[in-house]
Amino acid sequence: MNIHIPTPLRAYTGGLETVSVAGTTVSSVFQQLTVQYPELKPHLFTPEGKLRSFVNVYLNDDDIRYLPNKEETPAADTDELTIIPSIAGGTSCRL
Amino acid sequence: MLRIHYADYEALRAHGEETYPNECCGVLLGKNIAGEDDGVTVNHVQQIVRAGNTRTDSAHNRYQIAPQELVKIQRQARGLGLDIVGFYHSHPDHPAQWSKTDFAEAHWLGCSYLITSVEQGKAVLTNSFLLSGSGEDDKNFEDQAIQIDIAANVAEAAAPNQKGQA
Ligand SMILES: [Zn+2]
Repeated sequence: MNIHIPTPLRAYTGGLETVSVAGTTVSSVFQQLTVQYPELKPHLFTPEGKLRSFVNVYLNDDDIRYLPNKEETPAADTDELTIIPSIAGGTSCRL
Repeated sequence: MLRIHYADYEALRAHGEETYPNECCGVLLGKNIAGEDDGVTVNHVQQIVRAGNTRTDSAHNRYQIAPQELVKIQRQARGLGLDIVGFYHSHPDHPAQWSKTDFAEAHWLGCSYLITSVEQGKAVLTNSFLLSGSGEDDKNFEDQAIQIDIAANVAEAAAPNQKGQA
């Protein structure tokens, strides 16, 4: 299936915006992605192996965090995965 | 350096005036040109996309673009052969400088973050900051020069209507 890479992470995919990776679930696709492009791993996952909080992953138009089976959601070759870091800020100092 | 057309530059500043006293936000589409002259990276903006501020709970001092909307904008960029090269937002009655929150929540390395101060409803300063570094541990906001391109034909078209300097 195709995975769309955001601008900052293309440094680790040889400049590619779209990479094609095989897998039957979202997590196996991610597993394969980080095998193909090992430098991506620390930018996507914490040392404990959890998806970084500011990294959003969309399976087609759905945030995987809100899918019933989350990372174990089945993925077909025709599906699209989009990695999109969050955009936020403000003048307030509260975090 | 950030390169942007005058019309886009004016449009993103006007967006901040429209949403005042709330923060506006949007996305800059274009091309990143690495080290063309003197090794300075240029983010060349070719289109701006307005986004909605989802922080309706605290829109006067916070902004957030829904990831769903970002996915759509990234798809739109792909269709145009462009990339997301930066973002803009406004600071109602605050200086055009990044805040601690802006820095903590900035994750698009290599992208430009434009901030426009809007004082009493009027856009004042627009500054650009390049998020540099190789990851969350060493990221940094660098002041970035802005080059505003004024299209020759636009300037000519406007000339006959000019009635002296305002
Ligand atoms: Zn801000």
